Amino acid sequence: MIKMFINNLEVQAEEGWTIRDACEFYGLEIPTLCYDPGLSNYGGCRLCLVEIGKSPDTKLVSSCTYPCEEGLNVHTDTKRVIKARKMMIELMLSVAPGSKVIQDLASKFGVTQMRFEVRNEECVMCGLCIRMCAEQMDAKAIGFQNRGYKRKISTPFDAKSKVCRECGGCMYVCPACQARCQGPNAEDPVCNACLQMDPTCVDVYGEATCWMYDAGRCGTCVRPPEAESEKQGSVKE
Amino acid sequence: MLHDQTEFEDIIQKHPQEKRSMIPILQDLQAKYNYLPPVALNMVSQALDVPLIDIISVASFYNAFSLEPKGEHQITVCIGTACHVRGAPLILEEFERKLDVEAGHTRNDGKYSLDSVACLGCCAIGPVVVVDGEYHAQTGIRDAGKITKMLEKKEKTND
Amino acid sequence: MTNTKLRSLDDLKQKIEQESSRKAEEKRSVLIVSAGTCGQARGSLKVIDSLEKEIQKRNLEDRIAVKITGCHGFCEAEPNIIIQPNNLFYQNVQPKDAEAIIEETILNGQVIDRLLYREPGTEETTLAGPDIGFYKKQMRIVLGDNEHIEPIKIDDYFAVGGYSAIAKVLQEMSPEEVIEEIKKSGLRGRGGAGFPTGNKWAFSRKAKGDKKYIICNADEGDPGAYMDRSLMEGNPHRVLEGMIIGAYAIGADEGYIYIRDEYPVALKHITTAIQNAEKLGLLGDDILGSGFNFKVHISRGAGAFVCGEETAMIESIEGGVGVPRQRPPFPSVKGLWKKPTNINNVETWGNVPIIINKGADWYAKIGTANSKGTKIFSLVGKINNTGLVEVPMGITLREVIYDVGGGIPENKAFKAVQTGGPSGGCLPAEKLDLPIDYASLIEAGSIMGSGGMIVMDENTCMVDVAKYFLNFLRDESCGKCMSCREGTQRLWEIVDKITTGKGKMADMQLLEELSIAVKDASMCGLGQTAANPVLSTLRYFKDEYITHIKDKKCPAGVCKELITYSVIDENCTGCLTCKKVCPSGAVSGELKEIHSIDREKCIKCGACLEACNFDAIKVE
Repeated sequence: MIKMFINNLEVQAEEGWTIRDACEFYGLEIPTLCYDPGLSNYGGCRLCLVEIGKSPDTKLVSSCTYPCEEGLNVHTDTKRVIKARKMMIELMLSVAPGSKVIQDLASKFGVTQMRFEVRNEECVMCGLCIRMCAEQMDAKAIGFQNRGYKRKISTPFDAKSKVCRECGGCMYVCPACQARCQGPNAEDPVCNACLQMDPTCVDVYGEATCWMYDAGRCGTCVRPPEAESEKQGSVKE
Repeated sequence: MLHDQTEFEDIIQKHPQEKRSMIPILQDLQAKYNYLPPVALNMVSQALDVPLIDIISVASFYNAFSLEPKGEHQITVCIGTACHVRGAPLILEEFERKLDVEAGHTRNDGKYSLDSVACLGCCAIGPVVVVDGEYHAQTGIRDAGKITKMLEKKEKTND
Repeated sequence: MTNTKLRSLDDLKQKIEQESSRKAEEKRSVLIVSAGTCGQARGSLKVIDSLEKEIQKRNLEDRIAVKITGCHGFCEAEPNIIIQPNNLFYQNVQPKDAEAIIEETILNGQVIDRLLYREPGTEETTLAGPDIGFYKKQMRIVLGDNEHIEPIKIDDYFAVGGYSAIAKVLQEMSPEEVIEEIKKSGLRGRGGAGFPTGNKWAFSRKAKGDKKYIICNADEGDPGAYMDRSLMEGNPHRVLEGMIIGAYAIGADEGYIYIRDEYPVALKHITTAIQNAEKLGLLGDDILGSGFNFKVHISRGAGAFVCGEETAMIESIEGGVGVPRQRPPFPSVKGLWKKPTNINNVETWGNVPIIINKGADWYAKIGTANSKGTKIFSLVGKINNTGLVEVPMGITLREVIYDVGGGIPENKAFKAVQTGGPSGGCLPAEKLDLPIDYASLIEAGSIMGSGGMIVMDENTCMVDVAKYFLNFLRDESCGKCMSCREGTQRLWEIVDKITTGKGKMADMQLLEELSIAVKDASMCGLGQTAANPVLSTLRYFKDEYITHIKDKKCPAGVCKELITYSVIDENCTGCLTCKKVCPSGAVSGELKEIHSIDREKCIKCGACLEACNFDAIKVE
């Protein structure tokens, strides 16, 4: 067993677990997009970021690929994490505003603006389709091609694949194909129809303190934050 | 474009038949044919026991490989930082106009390929343009015209 | 040159002595010609040819020798010749100068004034190489031997004491002692990150497993940097010797040199060097009878900047795409084919032999408290003395740019110096007195990087520079991380809008926010530093961004949509030159008439500006 700390709690993790596995075990919700329990871990969407290390030498890592280590110090919802996470969602929205999965993420995490030019490509390069095809269906019909901003997913030579089983697995796991968001109208690429409250405890405590995003539980969101002189809780960097 | 498949065999067989030979084999194919023939890639896939899609991933990832035939003449303009600061972008644009081909592409008649490269390590003599392997140092905008004329003359004498 | 295998340390020591004596006993005048890739592109081979022909014509082979070496570092002066035994330095030599050099200088002892180095500005001439402004403040402990070595001749390396560090190590030092010595020297990785080399070796040594690898990172992808190319071309055995010592210290028996596809001459020379070393028993089994085995393979890159990242390089050697891996596990623990692997940059390996030979204490005296030794920089861009400079850490940027580099051409104003390649930043004039070391560069918003040092003047647009690097990064990103792939693309889009006059003030805030997200959220060094060009130009050149956005003007005269070309009437002589070169027919005016440029037709290609001999074209 590996002893480590998540959000200041001492926890035990199994050998071979990733930070995400440990968080899931302890009931901490970490948003993911390119993660699927039936497929290998990829770590490309950068949504599952957590902050590790001891201040001031902390850094953000993808929890779905980072292995649990003895003595590791993890924080799942610091200001830095939340800022980065929101920007990732904003970037995803700019490419796939029609995806309900991504619009739901936007509402859940308080992303209310999308400041980039919409590209309507739908594909966010999460690679789930590729891994599904290779690992679950053993077909290996599609894959990543090119690199950088020219990256795409296709069959060899963009031609009809000889090994494709036409199983529909790729469409099944695709966050853009799964369900179309009913929300967005042409003027606004950010739907926010199911917008939840933005956790205000972040400004007070430096991180979100409600683990289940159960707004209202701790009361910070629904009552004004304490004045500086009255504050008793510790403010983390 | 038709190629002799036994030639492909020869090239592939020169290397250990393992995944680690992937890039060296593709480099040999690219050097010989100036691109990667699809039939050859299928053979590489079988020889190394690597799915074709993975071969394509590698072939499309690296700048050295092209899945489409290159032109008879290859003109590469260096756009490394030092060359950039010395005016390389304007030189590249002038070549586009003079050769009538977009950077990164081959002209429809297959005569010229115009590419840019991030740095050749010859920064002191920049801006650098490489024409069919020959390095031209300290080029200016007007050299695009001169080089094009030289290539066209070569073409005429070959016809 | 003999090909007898060296079977013991005594054999090696004898060989070194033999070759050193041969060199010391050279009675002839030697004409050393710099002929690396740049030298060749500027005509060195033709100069060598004409010198050899001239010597043959006069039957002077027993009095004069020509030596073909790699790069001497002073690229601006190439083709250059160093004439021994007096260190006489001739620059910009042409084939037609061969006769004069033999006749006047060698036979009659006369200096040819027009071939001497001239200090930019003062035009003062200097005779001896080491005295000239370009070389005086340098400390060429790594690159210095280039001028004594014909790269394909291993004997030349012995002649400068080459492979004596290996002799010392195998005779007197245990692997742990070697690691301690490297630690004590304070050597830090020269590839960019500056990780303490001794510590890295210690991790690799400690790692569990019998099979270990070392890798030489010769992927040198930073545009504008070519230090490693020069060392690999000019003194490949220096790198090999460093690797052999490293392999011994770490316990590796196999090594790879991952060399960039774009360096054909370096590839040729290192391949020859490996073959020669194998022939003499310096590589292979039971090296010099010590029981230590080590062999080196070459792995060629295929054109991908990201493969300079350690784990991406490993993926590439294994035959895949260059997508970096999650760390931990670190390569020292699980690297190439899951075995412990120690990766170091070419220049880092190049420093190892001299640290062993002269000692860690000697080495640690050079440099600053946290940055020991020297660093090779490629000083390029808007600079008079372009070339590769090797200077002690702690020297200031001002000294390098003005004393070594000879300042800015045409007396233009210095604007910025860019270090660290696409991972680095642009530093303005107020930072010129910054001492060059790892910590101060990071504090100023840049990084040491692999050594690219690009000087920019008043005609360089800093917003355009940011756009340039972003364009490079969005293409070179492996594409895995959303933050890097999409982030660099969006950053580029915003800066592109600014350079075409469509920027908004809010864009600067967005650039900063997105930059921080790209920095924080990306997995590898490429993504984590991708925002540095934007952040540093925003930090130091914010006004330039604002001018582009608010005034829709480009003060440096670069951003096409924001500039106009026009004729300066007072200077125009009506010579028709600009009209002839204009590709869009925008110039009007007859012979001896003042010309004018039609703004509607002008495509701002720059041809007229380049062609005009009377300074009659204005860009604003």
